Amino acid sequence: MTSDTRVILICSGKGGVGKTTLTANLGISLARKGSQTAVLDADFGLRNLDLLLGLENRIVYTAQEVLEETCRLDQALVKHKQEPNLSLLPAGNPRMLDWLKPEDMKKIVEMLSKQFDYVLIDCPAGVEDGFRNAVAASKEAIIVTNPEVSAVRDADRVIGLLNTNGIKPVQLVLNRVRPKMMESQEMLSIEDVTDILALPLLGLVLEDEQVIVSTNRGEPLTLIGSQSPAARCYSNIAGRLQGEDIPLIDPSKEGDGLRDKFRRLMQTKIF
Amino acid sequence: MTLRDILNKLLGRQPASAAKARERLQLVLAHDRTDLSPDLLNQMREEILGVVAKYVEIDFEGGAVSLETEDRMTALVANLPIKRTLSGEIQVKEQNSPKIEESISEQLS
Repeated sequence: MTSDTRVILICSGKGGVGKTTLTANLGISLARKGSQTAVLDADFGLRNLDLLLGLENRIVYTAQEVLEETCRLDQALVKHKQEPNLSLLPAGNPRMLDWLKPEDMKKIVEMLSKQFDYVLIDCPAGVEDGFRNAVAASKEAIIVTNPEVSAVRDADRVIGLLNTNGIKPVQLVLNRVRPKMMESQEMLSIEDVTDILALPLLGLVLEDEQVIVSTNRGEPLTLIGSQSPAARCYSNIAGRLQGEDIPLIDPSKEGDGLRDKFRRLMQTKIF
Repeated sequence: MTLRDILNKLLGRQPASAAKARERLQLVLAHDRTDLSPDLLNQMREEILGVVAKYVEIDFEGGAVSLETEDRMTALVANLPIKRTLSGEIQVKEQNSPKIEESISEQLS
């Protein structure tokens, strides 16, 4: 394994907090910045990364065939057409879960590390076997959570498990931030979450309807160069991951500009 | 209390929920992080109270043993009110050595 490949686990414990969306957007962002990036769908039970990247129709082989040695790694990798620096290694059949071992995940990641600068692992929800397999192959981790009690609680549990497995550094991404609710103190604040979880904040992602629009199309926001709030957040996170010094977005200052007002006006339902 | 809280009170609305979320999370995480069930914590509390009660008279009703968490460090915090006599002295159990009794009354005087 080349030692300078960054193998980053993207996990959350709770499902539906935005792991896969973050993986897809970070993958695209890092690739656009010139890094050879692989995204690995470790969620064999409920795979979705292919769908978010719009690559679901181009899958021929998966991680399963690579492990069974019925195909080569480069045959299974799906290169993104618009962003050729990004490749997806699709998850195999859910039945793989019956025999998949931590060593298998390690083997796949070692193979990927030979040709990529970044390997992003989209971790399954939960803390069972699928999670343990993914952790075994990872060096560092990004915890995705929402400012909600259940998501923060599950994140805390996962952080504990990552610590005991020697994963370092573990950084936090706070997803689906609603500035207005935070302002009226009807949502846990950024400080609340970072204090409770005691992790460095890699970034926050503002709640943004455009995320849904982009997943409908299978085109991550960072791919189409969108300037929507979440797109800027994702791209900032990718920059920070590469060591750029980018200040955090201040949620209380979001939505004051003329442009944001105009955007809201455009999104208002007329009939 | 913020202006908003005052307004909420005046209008008879519930206070903002973020504080409640924070409070509930801190409590549940303290338990999660130690893997200690409320039952076990209660058992431990009773045993701690029992040990302390061997030496001084304590107020069993007012005592509290809880887990508090800060920066991923969890601490067991015991708050055991000691009963005092009318003259203000700590009620030390008779079976204790006079030495302890002396030192406590010295500290008090």
